[in-house]
Amino acid sequence: MARSVTTQRKSLNTFIAWTIGLLIFFPILWTILTSFKTEAQAIADPPVWFFFDWTLENYRVVQERSNYNRFLWNSIIIAGGSTILGMIIAIPAAWSMAFVPSRRTKDILLWMLSTKMLPAVGVLYPIYLIFIQLGLLDTRIGLTIVLMLINLPIMVWMLYTYFKEIPGEILEAARMDGAGLKEEILYVLTPMAIPGIASTVLLNIILAWNEAFWTLNLTAARAAPLTAFIASYSSPEGLFYAKLSAASTMAIAPILILGWFSQKQLVRGLTFGAVK
Amino acid sequence: MSTKASRSAARLMLAPAVILLLAWMLVPLTMTLIFSFQRYLPMRGGFQGWVGFENYARFIGSSAFWPAIQTTIIIVGGVLLITVILGILLAILLDQPMWGQGMVRILVIAPFFVMPTVSGLVWKNMFMDPNNGLLSHLWRFFGADPVIWLSDASMLSIILIVSWQWLPFATLILLTAIQSLDSEQIEAAEMDGAPVLSRFWHIILPHLARAITIVILIQTIFLLAIFAEIFVTTQGSFGTRTLTYLIYQRVLESQNVGLGSAGGIYAVILANIFALLLMRIVGKNLDR
Amino acid sequence: MRLGKSLVASTALALVAASGAFAQTLTIATVNNGDMIRMQGLSNEFTAQTGIELEWVILEENILRQRVTQDIATSGGQFDIMTIGMYEAPIWAERGWLVSLDGLPEEYDIDDILPAMRAGLSFEDSLYAAPFYGESSMVMYRTDLMEAAGMEMPEEPTWDDIAAAAAAMTDRDNNINGICLRGRAGWGENMAFITTVANSFGARWFDEDWNAQLDSPEWLEAVTFYNDLLQNYGPPGAANNGFNENLTLFQQGRCGMWLDATVAASFVTNPSDSTVADSVGFALAPNRDGLDKRANWLWAWALAIPAGTQQEEAAMEFINWATSKDYLELVAEREGWANVPPGSRTSLYETPEYAEVPFADMTLRSINAADPNNPTIDPVPYVGIQFVAIPEWAGIGTAAGQEFSAMVAGQLTPEQALERAQALVTDEMEAAGY
Repeated sequence: MARSVTTQRKSLNTFIAWTIGLLIFFPILWTILTSFKTEAQAIADPPVWFFFDWTLENYRVVQERSNYNRFLWNSIIIAGGSTILGMIIAIPAAWSMAFVPSRRTKDILLWMLSTKMLPAVGVLYPIYLIFIQLGLLDTRIGLTIVLMLINLPIMVWMLYTYFKEIPGEILEAARMDGAGLKEEILYVLTPMAIPGIASTVLLNIILAWNEAFWTLNLTAARAAPLTAFIASYSSPEGLFYAKLSAASTMAIAPILILGWFSQKQLVRGLTFGAVK
Repeated sequence: MSTKASRSAARLMLAPAVILLLAWMLVPLTMTLIFSFQRYLPMRGGFQGWVGFENYARFIGSSAFWPAIQTTIIIVGGVLLITVILGILLAILLDQPMWGQGMVRILVIAPFFVMPTVSGLVWKNMFMDPNNGLLSHLWRFFGADPVIWLSDASMLSIILIVSWQWLPFATLILLTAIQSLDSEQIEAAEMDGAPVLSRFWHIILPHLARAITIVILIQTIFLLAIFAEIFVTTQGSFGTRTLTYLIYQRVLESQNVGLGSAGGIYAVILANIFALLLMRIVGKNLDR
Repeated sequence: MRLGKSLVASTALALVAASGAFAQTLTIATVNNGDMIRMQGLSNEFTAQTGIELEWVILEENILRQRVTQDIATSGGQFDIMTIGMYEAPIWAERGWLVSLDGLPEEYDIDDILPAMRAGLSFEDSLYAAPFYGESSMVMYRTDLMEAAGMEMPEEPTWDDIAAAAAAMTDRDNNINGICLRGRAGWGENMAFITTVANSFGARWFDEDWNAQLDSPEWLEAVTFYNDLLQNYGPPGAANNGFNENLTLFQQGRCGMWLDATVAASFVTNPSDSTVADSVGFALAPNRDGLDKRANWLWAWALAIPAGTQQEEAAMEFINWATSKDYLELVAEREGWANVPPGSRTSLYETPEYAEVPFADMTLRSINAADPNNPTIDPVPYVGIQFVAIPEWAGIGTAAGQEFSAMVAGQLTPEQALERAQALVTDEMEAAGY
């Protein structure tokens, strides 16, 4: 199986890949480094790289000014909640389309994707008015529902392509053994679908975490997630690169860490049935 | 194979998703449609009477409309081109044996986790600022005049920022597709002494076709809606006003909800035409 | 145990709520400027005094405007106190969206508010937003560079003086630009500045019948002059520079002169942020030789209460605290007089300690020289100096601002920029039914 390669070629591959990888990662690295500098060092020319007096001052200032924990908590609830809610609705839908397809399955799938084409700014007024009527403004539940609806098409589609790869014969065998619908789903399908579900969950958490239009426009204080946290550091008076960097690092760190730990899962799952 | 019972069960399972999405689409869309036929100016007290198709005529007749369409196409097209081409090359590279493969993969996909607002702010201030940005330091180090990215190369800057965010996504999907390529097939081709280029052209690329269409489809959906990257960088100046941004300006800056709603309807129509075209292509793959 | 704790807490909360008045929470939307962040920091004093808790929504200026406008126009009721500007206050008051502040107590001393500020924030003689700080615009220049060039800045310069000084101080090799001005598009960014230049050149946005006037020779002259200043003596990338970018440049010693908000004076003279703190001079905004109109604006960031809030009384109490004389003294005591929010009260400028602050006098003179009711040389149907106080202005100003920004970037000539701006202003006004 494994292709045999010379050490020389492997070294070359390693060198090129690491160079490109570091280049792509560099903006994030630079942001993290800058967050530990003073404001003056942050704009110094020539730039200071690693040898400066590392300071936590920026983090202290940011923490003092805004209640980071609450923003973080809101982000976790909203991203997590919308994902869980979405999966509850998406899994049965994807299951039924994958295993009991009808003539219209493809149309429904494509139509679902097309609902994502609605430009958010165009419907801000309607949604805002509806939210006022329902008392959902600045609530986590309201935002959870909106983000769930936004990402539902992607969720259904990902799960659908995943489920489709589960061979039908297994199901038939299970049915022969007298398995009902419930058993079929619980004992046969679920174990096989877990990798697909896991990566759908991951992708959805990332998308919900980073959503910056609805989360900013439908919240005030109580339900505001990290996207709103960033909006208070984006261009204040005076030098702000270091503080912006600290706030940015705080906003992306949780999701970055989650992403890194689940990187393998994500690589496997983001196939959209593209493999094979 | 499926029984009647399982068929109706399936319908029941599909129903919540369909009903919710239908409501999510129809309710705001209907309201937008109604607004679009009104003179609706919140700052002047809201509803000011029905105006028929006036908002539609005005939106499409404004000097900003066609440039906005053009800008949208260039940005979406540019980002797709860059992410797909670089994505393929990166995927092939990452598939090669090397040391620390997992770590490199982590580095490459990291931008995908960064909020659009944050990436816009970081690029704008810490890299593209002509006085204090890192790129300007770099240019000066080599004795050149710093590029004034956001005004002199505004489109390129936006495309660059957005591509940086979406390259990981393209790479990931293409990488998974490449990994599934039968390595014996490649080895056989290698044995045959087929040159690298022809191996790429005749074996790898056809194999990736399906993954590429998926990348294009998904990214297009998200790229048509990009907003934060423009909002925090150029705010639509220097020819970077996309259709989405134009609607934003009409609805929120001018507070002309009727006119903006007409724009929203145009955007829905255009996006659906675009989607239909794309899905014609992808649909075949979905059938399989 | 945790259950027990939360049970106790919720019982306590219920008791407190039942007894009324306590445990009230106000939601305050404000902009992320230094003075407001200081207010947030000091606000636990207010909570300690009154028991009223505060929730802060601190946003960048553009996002804040969008959020509060959206909310007030739809009666969303998300905020108990909104930070708004001189542009919004009279328009919103006219719509009946704001609570009148006439109910502020006697000791608040409403007559102490600077007359220009009070006029700009009132509608039909009632105050609808209390100024947190106010500003005009003026010239800030580097005394050391002027001296080196053998020049002197008059206290009341003309545009010719400014152009001459900019030329003399420009030193590209040492990265010093003669003048820094706003170029970033936005009605509150470049258009604020360009409009004041236009005013001083005798131009106006609209004639008395609301016809756009950007095709007038005065506009062309004003815009050409502004463009030439930036092209010849401005910093690279001026088209992207707003208030904040220019502040950074000036603090780094990269600008010989900067015409901008008077509040910037305290930032550029603050030694902990500014490398040029001890060599900054101030002068009134310039006029054109022979024309009697200075290019200075008038603005205030003010606190207002949206109509329909459930907590009008508590909100009033907070405004009474945050814009009072006592608050100014509190800041002075903690952070020094130079950091007191300027431009809101007459009594501040009568305080002997404050008179020693280097920019106090010039700030007051600038504010007093501004007259929002007569902003231009020719008569106009609108009020507002650097803005036109109509609901459509935000859209018009920003759209036109993008054309002028493109001009500064060298993509349009002044003629082209004006021609396009005239067309789109006419368009928007038509759409709004003028």
